Amino acid sequence: MLSFNLLVAVCLSYVAFLFAVAFWADRRAARGQIGWLRSPLVYTLSLSIYCTAWTFYGAVGNAARSGLEFVTIYLGPTLVMIGWWALLRKLVRIGRTQRITSIADLISSRYGKSNLLGVLVTVLAVIGVTPYIALQLQSVTLAFAVFAENSATVGSGLPGFADVKTTALWVAGGLAVFTLIFGTRSLDANERHHGIVIAIAVEAVVKLVALVAVGAFVVWGIAGGTGEIVRMIEASPIAQWEVSGSRWITLTFLSAAAFLTLPRMFQVLVVENAHERHLATASWAFPLYLFALSLFVVPIAVVGLATLPEGANPDMFVLTVPLEHGRNGLAMLSFLGGFSSATSMVIVAALAVATMVSNHVVVPLWLSVRAGGASVSGDVRTLVLRARRVSIGAVLLLGYLYYRVSGGGAALASIGLISFAGVAQVLPAMLGGLFWRGGTRVGAALGVTIGTGVWLYTLFLPSFGVNAAMSVSFLSEGPWGIGWLRPGALFGIHGMDPVVHAVFWSITLNALAYFLGSLVSFPRPLERLQGAEFVNVHRYGTSLRGWSATAAEAEDLLIMAQRILGAEESQALFQSEARRQGKEGFLPDTSPEFIERLERELAGSVGAATAHAMVGQITGDVAVSVEELMRVADETAQIMEYSSQLEAKSAELTRTAGQLREANTKLQQLSVQKDAFLSQISHELRTPMTSIRSFSEILRDGDTLGPEERTKFSSVIHDEAQRLTRLLDGLLDLTVLESGRVTLNLQEMRLSDVIERAVDAARPRMSGLTILREGDDPKIVLRTDADRLAQVFINLIANAGKYCDAPDPQLRVKVRNGAGHVRVDFVDNGAGVPRQAQNVIFEKFSRLSDTRAAGGAGLGLAICREIMARLGGSIVYLPGQGGAAFRVTLPVAQAADAA
Amino acid sequence: MSGTREPVLLERESYRRRRVRDAARFLPFLGVVLVFFPALWTPEAAAEEAAGTAQLAFYVFSVWFALIAMAVILSRQLMRTSPPETGADGGPEAG
Repeated sequence: MLSFNLLVAVCLSYVAFLFAVAFWADRRAARGQIGWLRSPLVYTLSLSIYCTAWTFYGAVGNAARSGLEFVTIYLGPTLVMIGWWALLRKLVRIGRTQRITSIADLISSRYGKSNLLGVLVTVLAVIGVTPYIALQLQSVTLAFAVFAENSATVGSGLPGFADVKTTALWVAGGLAVFTLIFGTRSLDANERHHGIVIAIAVEAVVKLVALVAVGAFVVWGIAGGTGEIVRMIEASPIAQWEVSGSRWITLTFLSAAAFLTLPRMFQVLVVENAHERHLATASWAFPLYLFALSLFVVPIAVVGLATLPEGANPDMFVLTVPLEHGRNGLAMLSFLGGFSSATSMVIVAALAVATMVSNHVVVPLWLSVRAGGASVSGDVRTLVLRARRVSIGAVLLLGYLYYRVSGGGAALASIGLISFAGVAQVLPAMLGGLFWRGGTRVGAALGVTIGTGVWLYTLFLPSFGVNAAMSVSFLSEGPWGIGWLRPGALFGIHGMDPVVHAVFWSITLNALAYFLGSLVSFPRPLERLQGAEFVNVHRYGTSLRGWSATAAEAEDLLIMAQRILGAEESQALFQSEARRQGKEGFLPDTSPEFIERLERELAGSVGAATAHAMVGQITGDVAVSVEELMRVADETAQIMEYSSQLEAKSAELTRTAGQLREANTKLQQLSVQKDAFLSQISHELRTPMTSIRSFSEILRDGDTLGPEERTKFSSVIHDEAQRLTRLLDGLLDLTVLESGRVTLNLQEMRLSDVIERAVDAARPRMSGLTILREGDDPKIVLRTDADRLAQVFINLIANAGKYCDAPDPQLRVKVRNGAGHVRVDFVDNGAGVPRQAQNVIFEKFSRLSDTRAAGGAGLGLAICREIMARLGGSIVYLPGQGGAAFRVTLPVAQAADAA
Repeated sequence: MSGTREPVLLERESYRRRRVRDAARFLPFLGVVLVFFPALWTPEAAAEEAAGTAQLAFYVFSVWFALIAMAVILSRQLMRTSPPETGADGGPEAG
């Protein structure tokens, strides 16, 4: 028979071996030789902490009681693992980019780095994990008890160890030491716990080997082959399929949910993950591990039921079957398998929960007590490590106390599923946070709170047994006799399995509260930013950045970072950042990128919420970056609007400038014209004045002049004086017309009369011009200044007489009556006006040639144009008529038209 | 958000890659259906048909193994066509 002392010795040497492995792995990693320490195989094996002592021993017990139901606990994780591409890959990616340290950190970080959520999830985790740790202690002590009992029969038991309570204390203490040593060496979660991971990988192998060995022994050693074992199964009490459908589905769902949300699973699955690629291997390798682990469960149960005496604890079949058949070595291996299951789970669970407690409870409390800020005093690094160590001890102590208080009886057996149901309350907030940007902090807090409340009320508290937490009448009739609030039958729905009932209501109400809470609440900017980063983690290579308005002092940040990350690491970080910015030394610019990077680095040690708060204490307001971002966005919008206004104004200015330029050009032209006019007028005045002066001098001095000559010279003087007068008259006329001071003597006149008068008046100057009148309708009556109009006509006729160079000059005067106006064309049969001159003939002093300027001052057409403008009509040159042609357009007096 | 226009038709290689990803997303749903299927077997029917624990175990372990085999194939394919670290992801995520 196996002596108890030998068992203790083997157990201790196994523990020593684990310590050695962990030390060796840590040393190796410290030297940078990580290599296969972080291989897909090790990752897969580390996931096996899912299989605790509860599953190692309990699966067989479960199978002995209810057949195949135990596989649901493995099928759930299998489904999650084979669906890694959609879910786990995203989770791991987020865990890496956001430097997530725990499940509480994930939830807190997703919902705007809210510490409230961090605390909620931490509390839930502590409530859920403590009984679970107690369960592990119980199974180890039970296993010890089996051996103690066994050896007691041969009288070699060691009294001190035979006391199961003491054993539990020893185990708890040993685990605490192991976790403290390997779990709190480094602070940064990203540095990972190589020692622990390698140790649990070794333990995973031990577990599998032990169970498979016992299974193989049972199938081939006892039953005698696979055919025999099938026959034994069919003959056993569990031969019939008695699993209820609702339990089957619920337990599969629950195990899948717990696989994702258990703090220890999150630790190995996400935090300790070194490479996304490892997931690809684990996606099939871990289900295969579970497959192998559960393959022999039913045979062991069946053989145990068949060969062991009535009343033997089926939970211990894995141990008792080999012992019964005298296979002490196999029993020892099996014991070590169970021991490994328990210890690896407790180590990682304690580590994960301690991280959560220190990051979400202790450090925030310490920060709020020290309002002065992280940079003022105190070593945060020491504080965090100490908090984590104390938390590990406290969690294990809690587990031990729970075990002592609960008495270690059958009440603990069901705690596995109860614990699963508890931590599964994080699932809606977690999945919602990963795939739905609309999930908010309020919704998540509501969901987790309500789900946890329902779970506590319907499953956790009743699990203590009747009269422990709830009285008999409370359980059977509901609080204050309200039937539909009975913990076992919410809303009056009876007949559900307690676990199914609790899971259904807690998860349903949880998800509903999360959804509705998210719909009605409005997220803060940081929540929306984090939501976008989480949901779109595959899309954004780099993250969205906030904009920090207050320039934090790089030195303050360095001081703080040194306290958390350690002096060397922070200096290296700051130096690398400074180099990246192209600066020398240790103090980079506190750019938003750097602040964010630093915050992530710190988050790897103390969690996102705390890191955010700590950096926030130095950089300014906690939410400053995003709030500022929003403000800046508003300002930008304003600036854009302003700039578009400016643009419009600038376009207007450009237009105005163009107009001004035009006006300026016109003014310059006018100035040139004025100068030209002045020089013209001086010239025009001087020519007659010169001849008048010369001839008058001749007359004054010329006594010898004959009367004939005298008369001739006098008439020249007279002519020139007349010309001068005409010129001055014309100028005066033009000035009056141009300045608009002319008074028009309006009266009704027949057009034909006006033309008649003009032809008569111009006759002396026509010099052989023939006038042909066409379309001369006497009925056309105008209301106009007849004298002025006649002046225009006279001028045109005189011009024709003066300039028409045809041998037989003719002038056709064509009158055409139009709608509201009448047109009078004066067309001669001369050479016409050259094209380039047509533009200038209406300007003052413009004459086609000076040589033929007999008596003309070049003002005639200019005056004509002014007159026509005053009369409301116009005069234009009409090209292409076979000679000089002018068109005079006149408005018709409507009233007089009928006359 | 995606400013880049994607071509209507993909090359054969990237088309295949996308279908592998679809399969990877689909596999857990197939698993759920297969795993939940025994829940539909009522105890009475099981008793009549003599569908005992042995048969159920045979079914469950067969399905389990098949799922693992499919996961092996898919993870190989996924690793070969799109290394996850490059972040080359197919269609837009839910959002």
